Amino acid sequence: MEQKIKTVQAPDGIEGPGFFATKLSEVVGLARANSLWPMPFATSCCGIEFMATMGSTYDLGRFGSERLSYSPRQADMLMVMGTISKKFAPVIRRIYEQMAEPKWVMAVGACASSGGIFDTYSVLQGIDKIIPVDIYVPGCPPRPEQILDGILKLQEIVKKEDIRRRGTEEYDKLLKSYNIK
Amino acid sequence: MALEAEQIKNRLETEFETSVSNFRFERDGMLTFDVEATKNLEVIRFLKEDAELRFNFLTDICGVHYPDFPEGERFAVVYHMHNWMDNVRILFKCFLNGKNPEINSIVPLFVGANWQERETYDFYGIIFKGHPQLKRILNMEEMTVFPMRKEYPMEDVGRTDKDDRFFGRIK
Amino acid sequence: MSNKVEISEDLLTAPEVRFSEKIKKIQQEQGEEREYTVLNLGPSHPATHGIFQNVLLMDGERVMDGEATVGYIHRAFEKIAENRPFYQINTLTDRLNYCSSPINNMGWWMTVEKALGIEIPKRVQYMRVIVMELARIADHIICNSVLGVDTGALSGFLYVFQYREKIYEIFEEICGARLTTNMGRIGGFEREWSETAWKKLDLFLEEFPPAWTEFENLLNRNRIFMDRTVGAGGISAQRAMEYGFTGPNLRAAGIDYDVRVATPYSSYEDFDFKVPVGKTGDCYDRFRVRNAELWESLSIIRQALAKMPKEGGFHADVPEYYLPPKDEVYNNMEALIYHFKIVMGEVPVPVGEVYHAVEGGNGELGFYLITDGSRTPYRLHFRRPCFIYYQAYNEIIKGSLFSDALMTMASLNVIAGELDA
Repeated sequence: MEQKIKTVQAPDGIEGPGFFATKLSEVVGLARANSLWPMPFATSCCGIEFMATMGSTYDLGRFGSERLSYSPRQADMLMVMGTISKKFAPVIRRIYEQMAEPKWVMAVGACASSGGIFDTYSVLQGIDKIIPVDIYVPGCPPRPEQILDGILKLQEIVKKEDIRRRGTEEYDKLLKSYNIK
Repeated sequence: MALEAEQIKNRLETEFETSVSNFRFERDGMLTFDVEATKNLEVIRFLKEDAELRFNFLTDICGVHYPDFPEGERFAVVYHMHNWMDNVRILFKCFLNGKNPEINSIVPLFVGANWQERETYDFYGIIFKGHPQLKRILNMEEMTVFPMRKEYPMEDVGRTDKDDRFFGRIK
Repeated sequence: MSNKVEISEDLLTAPEVRFSEKIKKIQQEQGEEREYTVLNLGPSHPATHGIFQNVLLMDGERVMDGEATVGYIHRAFEKIAENRPFYQINTLTDRLNYCSSPINNMGWWMTVEKALGIEIPKRVQYMRVIVMELARIADHIICNSVLGVDTGALSGFLYVFQYREKIYEIFEEICGARLTTNMGRIGGFEREWSETAWKKLDLFLEEFPPAWTEFENLLNRNRIFMDRTVGAGGISAQRAMEYGFTGPNLRAAGIDYDVRVATPYSSYEDFDFKVPVGKTGDCYDRFRVRNAELWESLSIIRQALAKMPKEGGFHADVPEYYLPPKDEVYNNMEALIYHFKIVMGEVPVPVGEVYHAVEGGNGELGFYLITDGSRTPYRLHFRRPCFIYYQAYNEIIKGSLFSDALMTMASLNVIAGELDA
């Protein structure tokens, strides 16, 4: 019986009996991309759509994000889902600083990306005002398929990153612009 | 025997004479009246503990800002109460002056008024005398202005990235 | 706890400071080495289902005292509502109790119709009842399955969430969105429900009851679940009433107050349903009350489908407030004028005040609307049930174990969007 199951593609390399030679950065990128452990930071309505994404119909686990980590110290990816108010901004900043490298941030929903429909005095107009964001998933709330699409695009980014980006000039400049030490 | 609006009005007027006034029915048929601000605690106690009126449930407290009204009636605190036995709802307003809006807190009678009065203080700056913990609840504690007042703008004043042409504001 | 309230300057200082001072004082006075700690159950915590901060004074595993900080998701709904026309405020009401948005939407439309003095045909009222009861089912599914997850029963959550997807499909057929539905218009619905919607509804009513019975059998008489929830987080009926509790939490404490029975709206008086009531108000009672309410909701939907009148259309005949169909707008002068007036906001709005309450997933959701004749409200206040009953949380958990405190938070079903508005 033939079954079509999509598995992760191996990187290009030189093969032979008993060995497979490829670039280290590709292997590391592959490993990181397919095992992104998210820290779900669900504040409001987008959090409920995230619960639906974790459920059986849309199943986030098949992309490697099976284990949710509620502690920032053990997570690779911070998914900010929902409105962030100014009262809450210091908390999110602290959580981002507690995460260990390498880390990526995904802003799910219109409110996290840019404030959404809440253009008021108390809502932070987008989390990219305080932490650097890698992927924005728009929508109010975005459908689970869109969140999955965001994760797939993030996987593409992760595959192509340097093994050790801390210390590179570009990254340092980015962190400096946010005042993160 | 059902509790009629006439009955409530008569009982209140005999007990409080001029402190209660302006009895009317609003668009949804609910009996509405005004109460003098200094007497709010007594009126609510009377409504709660009287054997005939029995308004045992405090549904809601909110505040309203009327910048167009005269100075002595700038703010209003609105109380919604509900009698579960006879299924009657009433609403009354206490008007406060614009310079120092102060009113007695009803936390000794209804514990559930605690956070609602804090919210009204947070939004309008109305001081509830005798409240056990009158500090801001929904906004940041460092905030110095009262945001729901009509003069305070809705949008964030510090933003530089909005193009006013798209928002209908032409300079 | 006595009813006397002491005014002390102390309560205005930050809870961490206050509790640390208290610990120092106790250790000085009593001199014993107890394990008093100040624990910050911070805004970002997996078990709190939302962003609430509680600073707790703990004696080992027991909670001695606590103070809650809310407002971490304050989005200033009431301020926004003063600047938006009536039909745009519907999107705000979605985001109040986002697990059951259609109830909030319908509640808002009923408030506006009360203010404008519009009568709704019977058929539309029955359709509204069906949608509101579906939303209530969705809300109770979340609350009860997540309560199961907190005790460790993850499978129940995964199984039952599939049916929530089915409810989402029905909402999508009716209005296009899954979660934040923005459903309805002034006078009814924006379009007639399609054939697929009715079919999916019938299919749901067939498939869901066995699945829910399976979930109930998993937890109702489960030894572990009962040990964790019976006796945890109880509140007496008298105290619940004084705190302003409404909804399933109040009914679990023993009082049968339900807005659908007390002030019936949208033809609820035509339906025959029971109001389940508990005894002690603890977590187990709240779980059982929500389960029972879910069965009642299913029965109401079946009665509404059986009694649905054939005529009535899907909206009231109010051309001044309800947008005319597009082909008439392009061909008919009167329809064009109405369309223009509605969109530009020159609709006749009487001046006055209205208060309307609906039975939301968590209790009496009230809308207090003051209109001043313009297209935006003068003042709109939401009476949010979560905000009012969450005040009691610190009192309920005093003296209980920490794990019971977390179960209580989960079973109270506090939704952050409704709490902070």
